[in-house]
Amino acid sequence: MSFYEETTIHKRMDATAGAAGSVKTIDRTSHLELDHHDKTFLDTNELVINMGPQHPATHGVLRVILKLDGEKVLGTECVIGYLHRGVEKIAEHRTYTMFNPYVDRMDYVAAVSNGLGYCEAVEKLLNVQAPPRANYIRVILTELNRLASHMLWLGTHALDIGAITPLFYTFRDREEILKIFEKYCGARLTTHAFRIGGCSYETYDGFEREVVNFVNFVTPKIDEYEELLTTNRIWVERTKGVGPITARECVALGVTGPVLRASGVKWDLRKAQPYAAYSDFDFDIPVGENGDTYDRYLVRMQEMRQSLRIIEQAVGKIPAGPIMAKVPKVIKPAVGEIYHSIEAPKGELGYFIVSDGSTQPYRIRVRPPSFVNLQALDMMVRGQLVADVIAVIGTLDIVLGEVDR
Amino acid sequence: MLDYITSYLRSDTTPGQAGNILWAVVYIFLIFAGLSVAVIAMNWLERKILAHMQVRLGPMRVGPHGLLQPIADALKLLIKEDIMPAEADKFVFWMAPLVVVMTAFTVFVVVPFGATHAVTDMNIGILFMVGVSSLSVLGIVMAGWASNSHYPLIGALRSSAQMVSYEIAMGLAVVSAILMTSLNSAGTGTLSMIGIVQAQQAQHVWFVFKFFPLGMIAFFIFAIAMVAETNRAPFDLPEAESELTAGFHTEYSGFRWSLFFLAEYSAMIAVSSIAVTLWLGGWLRPFSNSLTGDTWEMVFSLIPGLSFLAFAAMCFLGVFRMPKHRAFRMQTMGLAGFGVLLGGIGLLLFVPPVRYRVQDIFWFSAKVAISMYMYIWYRGTFPRYRFDQLMKVGWKVLLPLGIGVLVLTAGVGVL
Repeated sequence: MSFYEETTIHKRMDATAGAAGSVKTIDRTSHLELDHHDKTFLDTNELVINMGPQHPATHGVLRVILKLDGEKVLGTECVIGYLHRGVEKIAEHRTYTMFNPYVDRMDYVAAVSNGLGYCEAVEKLLNVQAPPRANYIRVILTELNRLASHMLWLGTHALDIGAITPLFYTFRDREEILKIFEKYCGARLTTHAFRIGGCSYETYDGFEREVVNFVNFVTPKIDEYEELLTTNRIWVERTKGVGPITARECVALGVTGPVLRASGVKWDLRKAQPYAAYSDFDFDIPVGENGDTYDRYLVRMQEMRQSLRIIEQAVGKIPAGPIMAKVPKVIKPAVGEIYHSIEAPKGELGYFIVSDGSTQPYRIRVRPPSFVNLQALDMMVRGQLVADVIAVIGTLDIVLGEVDR
Repeated sequence: MLDYITSYLRSDTTPGQAGNILWAVVYIFLIFAGLSVAVIAMNWLERKILAHMQVRLGPMRVGPHGLLQPIADALKLLIKEDIMPAEADKFVFWMAPLVVVMTAFTVFVVVPFGATHAVTDMNIGILFMVGVSSLSVLGIVMAGWASNSHYPLIGALRSSAQMVSYEIAMGLAVVSAILMTSLNSAGTGTLSMIGIVQAQQAQHVWFVFKFFPLGMIAFFIFAIAMVAETNRAPFDLPEAESELTAGFHTEYSGFRWSLFFLAEYSAMIAVSSIAVTLWLGGWLRPFSNSLTGDTWEMVFSLIPGLSFLAFAAMCFLGVFRMPKHRAFRMQTMGLAGFGVLLGGIGLLLFVPPVRYRVQDIFWFSAKVAISMYMYIWYRGTFPRYRFDQLMKVGWKVLLPLGIGVLVLTAGVGVL
């Protein structure tokens, strides 16, 4: 255990406490002169290749048009929308309650977080407080979901970089989380676990015991993943210095989540604007320093351990009581608008809801972390190699269901 | 005529040397058949071993424990529609897999499965092997270029650069092993594959342990370069699935694709047999220098039969562990039948004339099998190198190391 606690991230965690971003900059022009024609080689044309929408490593239906000089990336263009379902428009024709399951379909690997964000936003609009027990259940399930999301990220990211084995290990362990979800609400992926005003279901018998068992089961497994990758020479070479992004660039682009934290900004909405019951728990925000793929990897690995810490605490002191606040049967918020955001596994997930006083929202705008983070792709991969594009897409941890909505 | 056939059996040279065309053809067919079986077995083994490393079962449905899966796959590939891209260069597209397969199979002409178990023994054997196996890059470049598509083109470029650069390190390692063969009283080395093994026999040491650690470093260089040479993980950039979908064979399907597959696996076996011949004593059994005498000879000659009996026992264990249900009756019977087949082979290997004839082949194949297992293990463990890092390893690490080992081996050899 001690070995993992000695990682740089962990040391930096306290050192950078409170620091709002480093001032480090990356010189993005020296290695890349777009207008300069290389006369030392044969007169070569740029190669434009089309990666996706059907490609094994674009995590869904992302299409990236790559402009290459040999293997070097001169520029990229993301073409999105292949999975567009008009979720935000659908919301305008559904009641607040009816729209709740739709949000699960955006970031389908972190459906619980999506549900939490939506429910809390509507609760804020209604001026309702979920009871403490509901908040604790919400925290446990959301953190379990964060673990599941990070596990899926780790497996696919490693697969993209060529390590095929971690995928199976992470999926094996993610299965245990999905089993808990299934027992709790009957669904594994699109859970629809929460209701506006609290939780739909009381925990099942033995829920606490199973969650504790899971925490004990998964802690050594995370060590196992790290054993395969953290000090693996090839892994370190493939990820260190790949797709760097500075804190300033992150902030300028609105990049959030582990990507922002890996650049050295200690910004986590669970601490910055505590929601649900997060203010009750003791946990650290892992922070990186170089903002490269390796740091993002370390940050996410540490986040998984922190999530386990939160789950352990939450299960330990879960209060008794009701799981639903008093919410009218027909939800009809007063005229007004609200923005509420939570820390989803991929970054800041925000819901902006405009109410016209009817049973249906006038407008819902989702601020999806994947969509915003994807903007950074071009900046991160310019001047790097084709193989790095894959690594960076993996490290951004995008879910196309959320990018396209 | 009968005399022509039987006279060879009493000779102690390879058919090529004896000038016996008939037996040479028989050997070629045997090697071709054996290689095809080995590739099929490798396909199944790779899927099973990789699956077990990754906490899953692998093929389980087609035949008992998926034993018939490779055959089903081969059938599927044969009856698939043969697609040739409209914009492809038809002739080159057609030629490319043939070139790759031809080179992959041709090298087996000189592979010594035993003192007399080779098609022929050339005096330039190792040179022939390295030379012909490096020709396969031609086929890969042809495939990538003829496809007239971006991903195959990038794959082919990567592949050619990679194979050319690793060939140098590989060549240096090979030369240092050849230098070791000249350490006899006459001071004459040999390039003959059989001669190299005989030199190890005469010097009572496998070259991997010679001039410790020089032989080991040379072997290590070769072991890395051979993985790069055959485009396997972690050097599988030319066909990096997550980057280039399938690299140079993206546009190939059906039978043409299966030719690439066949060539890849036979190339793996070919380079493994170079490594085994040069450093691991070829067909020599382990401890042939220290554990000598009739008793030890007898004990070691039992191992081939015993190992097949052990495989058979594993099959029968599987039979007993099969669910006792009607639906599994065919599978259980199939597995039992396979066990009987392996057991029969095992018993056959105990029969005295066979017992002493197949020893060489067994030890050679066992060493190659270990090398093949390493290939699978690498694939299950390592992420993929990036192109520039691959080049860095090849030129900045392996090449200087290879030159150093070569010079030191020459120096130590002279002393």
